[in-house]
Amino acid sequence: MGQSRRNFLKQLAAIGTTGAALTSVTPKNSIAKSSDNLSEERKGVLVDSTVCIGCRKCEWACQGAHEFKQDSFENYQNDETLNKMRRPDINNLTVVNKYRDEGLRTIKLQCMHCDYPACESACIVGAITKNENGAVVWDTDKCIGCRYCMVACPFQIPAFEYHKALDPKILKCDFCIERTSEGKFPACVSICPVEALTYGTREELITEAKRRIKNYPNKYYDHVFGEYEIGGTSWLYLADKNLAGPVFPKLSNNPAPGVSESIQHGLFAYFVPPIAVYALLGGIMWLTKDTKKENQ
Amino acid sequence: MEHTHIPTPISKKFFTPGVIFLTLLAANGIVFLAGRFLFGIGAVTNLNDQYPWGIWIGLDVAAGVALAAGGFTTAALGHIMHRDKYEAVIRPALLTALLGYTFVAVSVSIDIGRWYYIWHPLIMWNGNSALFEVGICVMFYLTVLYIEFLPIVTERFIGKVNLPWFFSRFNKLIDGLLRRLDKGLSKTMFIFIIAGVVLSCLHQSSLGTLMIISGPKMHPLWQTPILPLLFLLSAFAVGFPMVIMESLAASRSFGLKPETEILTSLSKFVGPLLGVYLLGKIGDMVIRETFVYLTEFNSISVLFGIEIIFGVIIPLRMFLSSTVRKSPSGLFIASLLVIFGVFFNRFNNFITAYNPPYALESYIPSFGEISVTLGFIALEILAYRLFVKIFPVISIPSEKVKIKTKYAIRGVVK
Repeated sequence: MGQSRRNFLKQLAAIGTTGAALTSVTPKNSIAKSSDNLSEERKGVLVDSTVCIGCRKCEWACQGAHEFKQDSFENYQNDETLNKMRRPDINNLTVVNKYRDEGLRTIKLQCMHCDYPACESACIVGAITKNENGAVVWDTDKCIGCRYCMVACPFQIPAFEYHKALDPKILKCDFCIERTSEGKFPACVSICPVEALTYGTREELITEAKRRIKNYPNKYYDHVFGEYEIGGTSWLYLADKNLAGPVFPKLSNNPAPGVSESIQHGLFAYFVPPIAVYALLGGIMWLTKDTKKENQ
Repeated sequence: MEHTHIPTPISKKFFTPGVIFLTLLAANGIVFLAGRFLFGIGAVTNLNDQYPWGIWIGLDVAAGVALAAGGFTTAALGHIMHRDKYEAVIRPALLTALLGYTFVAVSVSIDIGRWYYIWHPLIMWNGNSALFEVGICVMFYLTVLYIEFLPIVTERFIGKVNLPWFFSRFNKLIDGLLRRLDKGLSKTMFIFIIAGVVLSCLHQSSLGTLMIISGPKMHPLWQTPILPLLFLLSAFAVGFPMVIMESLAASRSFGLKPETEILTSLSKFVGPLLGVYLLGKIGDMVIRETFVYLTEFNSISVLFGIEIIFGVIIPLRMFLSSTVRKSPSGLFIASLLVIFGVFFNRFNNFITAYNPPYALESYIPSFGEISVTLGFIALEILAYRLFVKIFPVISIPSEKVKIKTKYAIRGVVK
């Protein structure tokens, strides 16, 4: 009798744990919860890479605006640097690469300022937030330097000061949050001599991008990169070729943090699963104790 | 058979050639660790902007947590399901978990750039973050482990408090406090034991959730939404093999007779647990049709093959054979294979599978990183040796009747 009850409880325990584990892997909704209050007025930048001449003045202006080490203005017109496939790093929050092999022009890279940022969702202390104006910014007072944002970022953007023993920072484009709060344009947008960069609300920019594609169907590849990718980004790209692959990774339209957040919220849905497991184990402990006494 | 094994401090001498070798390994690790604190993480590791996590997270933390699973699995079996015959292995498993998690916490602290902000997650919450969940659970579980270990400390010192000189006047007071603590603990221990198992299930699985957010940067052979389930199942599977391996290693090292009978009966759980894990892994592969990646012959598919064949299938077959389960050397080898399998699985998940498309250079752990990892493992073994000499952890055969019943069935519901 005692033995069969024990077996029954054992099975119950197995079912309980599996159940808890399963609720954790059933995505309840695929939309990330972190940034549901996206402002309609959030800003973005439209990058028209067919216009870009690869002068790298945006890099120069960016370094100036963030008080980084700035080379002399002339040295930026340098084909050798342009042809190297660089990534944004701690000295350059934005880089311009020339994608020659793919038959593409020069493309400027920086943080895309996702609408559902993986870095924001991942950050252990919530040091990264999506601002109302669209900027995804990092808070030095909270960051512990775990670099999980870098693991999470689908565009491989955040950089880390590996060679600083004290207070190493996570560095990435901050959408010139200081300048825009004073009513100025981001440094790169201001300096661009050919207006390859357009600053505005994200909605306006999408309308403008589609207008350009419609008016010049031969000039553009019919896709606004960033409109839907991983739930949408604040920076949007127009090009003469498909950018997904050579320049950006091929991404789905689901927000990057979707799966992991639904798992997290499933595991901790009002703390029901952990408490249920606790109660179950407590029950087993109590009942098996009883059967032992009976048997003795 | 009734209670012939009693936990006793081991009286063998501390220093042996092996211990000296481990001390050297530890010292070497500490040198590189000093470099990390003086000149930054980049000075010691090969990490870069494209590969932000290396073996300090993949092995020291992820594999460290998995291999400390012996603590909660034996607690569940011995305390919660009341299988009293496994009592002899609970304390060593608890000590391993305690030391394992302590070193996990230390490893996390040295890997984060701002180690002095390690306490931030306690007050700055982000419920969306899998890492936050892991961090909080590990902190709580570490606390629980120390509480679970306290009765062993009180047992060691009750009636034996003997402070020198001036302090001797406090002997009675401290003894009284210890007795009080002991009494309080034995009444409330069941709360902590259950909490320990729940917390373990939570963060063992959340460790699997960690890499999900990296999306397509992770190779599809490992990237799956059921990673948390696979991590949990593999933690269940590796718990007992870890206990068996340690028990056999400790008996050899201290010249004790191996507790083959207990270990043999403990080992019968391993086959089914490994089987369930393998089923999950293969089922996932079939459903997501990732087996197509195995037709390509490259380092990725070879590493995956090694993980599955040597780390799961071969030990599974071994644990199903009663001949293997009855021989100490068979048990030892089979357990080592399971441990290797889970260790390698964590390595693959965090290092092999992580391939960001726009990497400028690939990641190979530096000599400094490996030194620190090996140094920590060495320190952990040394600490284990020291602890079992001080505290009654390892059960040794005894002619005496059981003296203190209440200590042996610590944590039961009264």
